[in-house]
Amino acid sequence: MQIIIVGCGKVGTALAVQLSQEDNNVTVVDKDSTVIRNITSMYDVMGIVGNGASYGTLKEADIEHADLLIAVSRSDELNLLCCVIAHQAAKCHTIARVRNSVYREEREFIRRELGLSMIINPEFAAAQEMARLLRFPTAIEIDSFSKGRIEMLRFKVPPASRLVGMQLKDVSGPRNDLLICVAERNGEVVIPDGNYRIDANDSLSLLATPKTASGFFRKIGVKTNQVHSTMIVGGGETTYYLAAILLRMGIHVTIIEKNRERCEVLSEHLQDATIICGDGSDQELLKEENLENMESFVACTDMDEENIILSLYAKDKVSKKVVTKINHLNFNDVIHSLNLDSLVYPKYITAETILQYVRAMKNSMGSNVETLYKLMDDRVEALEFIIRENCPLQNITLESMKTKKNVLVACINRRGRIIIPGGQDSFRAGDSVIVVTTHTGLENIEDILDEK
Amino acid sequence: MNRKMLRYVISWVLKVEGILMFLPALTGAIYRERQGLAYVLCGLLCIGVGFLLCWRKPENMEIYPRDGFVAVALSWVVLSVFGCLPFMVTGEIPSFIDALFEIVSGFTTTGSSILVDVEAVSYASLFWRSFSHWIGGMGVLVFILAILPAGKGGSLMNLMKAESPGPSVSKFVPRVRGTAKILYQIYIAMTIVLIASLLISGMSLFESLTLSFGAAGTGGFAVLSSGCAEYTAAQQWILTIGMILFGVNFNFYYLVLCRKLKAAVTSREVQAYLLIILAAIAGITVDIYGMYPTLGETVRHAAFQVGSIITTTGYATTDFNLWPQFSKTILLLLMFVGACAGSTGGGIKVSRILILLKTVKKELHSIVHPRSIRKIQFDGHAVEHEVLRAVNVFLTVYMTIFALSLLLVSVDEYSLETNFSAVAATLNNIGPGLDQVGPMSNFSCYSPFSKLVLIFDMLAGRLELFPMLILFYPSTWKKRG
Repeated sequence: MQIIIVGCGKVGTALAVQLSQEDNNVTVVDKDSTVIRNITSMYDVMGIVGNGASYGTLKEADIEHADLLIAVSRSDELNLLCCVIAHQAAKCHTIARVRNSVYREEREFIRRELGLSMIINPEFAAAQEMARLLRFPTAIEIDSFSKGRIEMLRFKVPPASRLVGMQLKDVSGPRNDLLICVAERNGEVVIPDGNYRIDANDSLSLLATPKTASGFFRKIGVKTNQVHSTMIVGGGETTYYLAAILLRMGIHVTIIEKNRERCEVLSEHLQDATIICGDGSDQELLKEENLENMESFVACTDMDEENIILSLYAKDKVSKKVVTKINHLNFNDVIHSLNLDSLVYPKYITAETILQYVRAMKNSMGSNVETLYKLMDDRVEALEFIIRENCPLQNITLESMKTKKNVLVACINRRGRIIIPGGQDSFRAGDSVIVVTTHTGLENIEDILDEK
Repeated sequence: MNRKMLRYVISWVLKVEGILMFLPALTGAIYRERQGLAYVLCGLLCIGVGFLLCWRKPENMEIYPRDGFVAVALSWVVLSVFGCLPFMVTGEIPSFIDALFEIVSGFTTTGSSILVDVEAVSYASLFWRSFSHWIGGMGVLVFILAILPAGKGGSLMNLMKAESPGPSVSKFVPRVRGTAKILYQIYIAMTIVLIASLLISGMSLFESLTLSFGAAGTGGFAVLSSGCAEYTAAQQWILTIGMILFGVNFNFYYLVLCRKLKAAVTSREVQAYLLIILAAIAGITVDIYGMYPTLGETVRHAAFQVGSIITTTGYATTDFNLWPQFSKTILLLLMFVGACAGSTGGGIKVSRILILLKTVKKELHSIVHPRSIRKIQFDGHAVEHEVLRAVNVFLTVYMTIFALSLLLVSVDEYSLETNFSAVAATLNNIGPGLDQVGPMSNFSCYSPFSKLVLIFDMLAGRLELFPMLILFYPSTWKKRG
């Protein structure tokens, strides 16, 4: 697919890298020639220096043959203009990043009237993700498939749990509709088989419907209730959206923000929240505001380092959940090794959402990856495929299929019915199939077969 | 440095070279020459060594600029060393230095030969010599990029940048592989057209092939001792036009293919290139008027020689050594100008010269208006500072290498004209020089040491200096830092 990305910041670069790896022809446009030089020398993409909202520049980027334009530059208005021009020039799909909360309420109107395919607000998306984690504090990571019907939850096995010492084959849901498909122990990631013995502090990924999952957690003695109180340090846009969602859920919110004016703006819009004007990195202040009695803590400042330090501090103080926002730090494995509970990367969330749209577009053009998540530092991928009429793998039982090593057919969604497949099951047209694998670059369901 | 990737690239170079060696072997088989066997042997050797070197794709396929330069330079050295083996195995060029000189001259599309009697050489070897021009013209790594199973997150652009000529290398399409494919498609199509035209004009298949390879790669190995003097007027004109077309920036053809004729026609570089050619032909025609029986023949010889020298091919239809000084000087200057960037030709390149002239103009302007600010424009775009710097440094390095080579070669005690033109002809990948290394003579007179210097010049000239220099830069090879 021909894709043009306007704006090469954090999200633009992340998108360019992922999309070019997924075999799309990517052209990036940015005003800064240094940025373009860097990205073109590192990745297989074409770079154009210029203003993305100018028709001339877009023509240079071959807009006539583009299937999709993604505008993720710094300015909302530029992004919108860019998409409008691209849409007028080439009738291609357009995605704009619009982050100003003023446009939040009008987004549907803007999208429809300007002919955009999608508007994404990274702060709002990050806030939604955080809210999801606070609603279900046991999970470190939640990814959803089949439009939310199936969820993949990563959780750490508590030492006191019933699970410790059990073998995977003995772990199952009430109607055999639950599967543990990835396990991480001491930094090593495996796709476990039935003989895998669960140990305390293993980090397991569970695939199930949301309902089954909460039942399962109750059974193994893990509390799944949502938190009742949270403290958020940093009062940016993400915090605003998050607080609004949390307040609606009835969670008590305390926000600590340095800037007095910002505090006033927040208090104007968030009547029910407690807003404290002060330095969140001040230990005394945190104690004064009763951090120890909070159930959860969200480090949401613009400084990644500060967020990490705060979370490390809060980890032992709060009872249920610590969420850390990471804006631009790139040392993922270092951050992971700190055991910070849940991490939220707004740039990856944005990129992920856009990627899902691109994949869906590609599906209509032949490939059939519906959803793709990268788990555990990109070491594992979970993909959702749609089985089409012409798929050669239909009606072959799974046990007679010769699949690659480390490929697990984890779940079949047959018209809303979730099947955790055994050897006797087979694919049928219209199914959506979730595959968990340590291989990368699967594009078709047929790719799960061992080539030899 | 990513040594595994380096090995992987070189192993591919060898495998491709080995496969390509079966073509001269086939030629040998057709002409029933036993020399063909040498090519089968060497081809198998190349493939074998290629497989021994690396049989698995490296996990980390990242190539940083440094790796790209080193990989390209080493690939060309390896390519040359293995490419000269058949000459030694057949016994046609027994000395290693001579054989290396001949094949480096082939791959770098220079066309300087050390063979005294070309016609005594087997068809298989003649084919290999000319075919090496064709391989080297567009570049081996570009070819490999076009066929290589693409790696993930590959920064393969750094390979292409290091091998392709010109002040700033850009892609036609977002993917390196796609760009390499388009380049080779244009190249192959144009070569086939040239071969067909020569065949129609009545040339034998073998000569059509070898001469077309030489013209396409802007190489210049002929298959007759007399060069191209014995061909008919029509054939000489076909070759002239062919050479000039292969000296045009391939971006021009891509634009034409995309029906962006306006952008293609307004390319400053192509305009200047054609203008220089016309002016040179006119100047020489006036100067040598009377040396040949008719005006038509005079223009033909002038045009052929000008086309041959500016595209750095190096074919000759007449001994321009005997021309008056003015014409000889024009040719010598054309040697330095060279073809367009992004073509198969060598030399400094027309675009660099244009940018340099604009820099001079800007400098003059800033003397008149000391506080003026002026960006240099090229084809409607401001030239980036990085490119300007690279062009200036290129010229400095170019002159330094030229001066040092001249000094080293002068030890052999030939005339200044000989030495000067020999270095110019090799560093600019032309082929024949003047005086003792003129079109009707060859480079066999030089000592082995001078030949080594000239081999370096040819490689440096083809790869645009820096990849070869980086091999001699100590911190390239440091494991730490």
